[in-house]
Amino acid sequence: MGLILLRRRLVDALAFLFASGATLFGLFWLFWILWTTFRQGFGAINVALFTQMTPPPGSAGGLLNAFYGSAVMILLAVIIGAPLGVAAGTYLAEHGRHSRLAKVVSFLNDVLLSAPSIVIGLFVYEIVVRTSGHFSGYAGAVALAMILLPIVVRTSDEALRLVPDQMREAAFALGIPRWRVTAQILYKAALTAILTGVLLGVARIAGETAPLLFTALNNQFWSGSLSGPLANVPVVIFQYAMSPYDEWHALAWAGALVLTLFVLGLNLAVRIIAKRTSK
Amino acid sequence: MTAFVPVVKSRSAVADRVFNLVTAGAAWLVLILLGATAASMAWGGRLAFETFGLGFITSTDWDAVAGKFGALVPVYGTIVTSLIALIIAVPVSLGIALFLTDIAPRWIRGPIGIAVELLAAIPSIIYGMWGLFVFAPFMALHVDPWLNDTLGPLPIIGAVFTGPPIGIGMLTAGIVLGIMVIPFIAAVARDVFNAVPPPLKESAVALGSTRWEVLSRVTLPYARSAVIGAIFLGLGRALGETMAVTFVLGNAHDLSISLLMPSNSIAAAIANEFTEADAELYRSSLIALAFLLFVVTFIVLSAAKLLLLRINRAHGKTH
Repeated sequence: MGLILLRRRLVDALAFLFASGATLFGLFWLFWILWTTFRQGFGAINVALFTQMTPPPGSAGGLLNAFYGSAVMILLAVIIGAPLGVAAGTYLAEHGRHSRLAKVVSFLNDVLLSAPSIVIGLFVYEIVVRTSGHFSGYAGAVALAMILLPIVVRTSDEALRLVPDQMREAAFALGIPRWRVTAQILYKAALTAILTGVLLGVARIAGETAPLLFTALNNQFWSGSLSGPLANVPVVIFQYAMSPYDEWHALAWAGALVLTLFVLGLNLAVRIIAKRTSK
Repeated sequence: MTAFVPVVKSRSAVADRVFNLVTAGAAWLVLILLGATAASMAWGGRLAFETFGLGFITSTDWDAVAGKFGALVPVYGTIVTSLIALIIAVPVSLGIALFLTDIAPRWIRGPIGIAVELLAAIPSIIYGMWGLFVFAPFMALHVDPWLNDTLGPLPIIGAVFTGPPIGIGMLTAGIVLGIMVIPFIAAVARDVFNAVPPPLKESAVALGSTRWEVLSRVTLPYARSAVIGAIFLGLGRALGETMAVTFVLGNAHDLSISLLMPSNSIAAAIANEFTEADAELYRSSLIALAFLLFVVTFIVLSAAKLLLLRINRAHGKTH
């Protein structure tokens, strides 16, 4: 009896050790990757990074045009993707709540959410770049919007479902039409949650590289126009990191650090907002 | 006054109809986009499928000059790197999930949970860069020579671990992928473990079970299908991941049993070659690869979703 108990306790202690070890293992990589990015990135950050254009091979410069291109494409992607996502999420949570379409969409939306982003890039290449005949910032924004869409659908659906039914019933009892209940009451109640969903989506698309490779492509020079190839941070990082030049490597690390800080900062901000509103 | 009421009513009825149509249209858009993606990949890849037939999947040729293309090397590389990723990520993720649900003191669960979620938020290109500049040299210096020396001479499996110690190849790519999917599987598995009804666990504890016995005999059997769903979700991510592997896979179109040899994956081949593909057949072959990837990830992710549906429904959750 004592031996069996000892064995059970030993197995339990081993499981305890394994689970703790697994957690340390997981966090170890997080710290290693962050440490590398900070150490390499900080050394490369200077004023020129934000004031100069991407340089030709082997010389110093900045990433101003890439930052601008990324910002514009993300903004446009939000303008396209967020309203559509909120509308579809509204259908899933409100107007089509128990319909078959809502069930199917909710299921396939999750598939789209995890679909390979490079395939989405190729899709946008086929329908936008090929038909228009050239790479463009618009195509990049469309690709990013397509990645943002399912995230916003999912989060706005969940946000609306969290609004208590009593609120809907009270509004209906006052004779308010359905669309005004949704637009003026439910959206207001779910606003923070919907916005955090959009912010999480922005954090996700900010680092997306694969869908931009064949849509926005890249541009070494300043371009204010979205109808031509547009520089952007992820693709610049990719090209510069793969190059043999030290100056380009340094710029790639600086870009990687700014990108990481932006993405992690947004994620932390979202969590703080969510925690504050849940209290 | 009597005339006023019906006007308002009909106007609001029209507005209701419009609102309904707009939201339903947006919902349809999700379906249309998914369908259009599949259709456009099939259409774009038709030239390759017509030219090579089934041989496209079984051929290892990849010769842009001669215009011969086969998918076997990238398909093989995709599967092998994803399997390596799962071998690493599954036990670690389940360990993290167990730690976060049953072992860790309550005050530490929140911060560690957030740290794991942040690991998932880091853009994949950062993983790729870190893989290229830090992890690949580490593998080349410390791990590859050791594998060559200790496992290399063994019969049968020796060939798998013999290769040039350059740090670029399927093993490195698989490990980087594994690190990437750990947080995805861990976060879902944690929710799955949390969804197990507490009375079940409490009963087991009341009968004198240790934590390990609660996990292995109550939690895991109860949540088995959902845990497999979480793993499939990770697999779906690993199969389609592009940037993290493109940096460290080596973009070589040779079929090799050795995990230390440079190889290719579907996503990496597309990322590396699509903008250089000048011939129509070349481009079509890459799109055909994307079609295969899309179909496979669609099946894997659908299976994951189906497996996760049951426990989420029991838990009152919708995703």
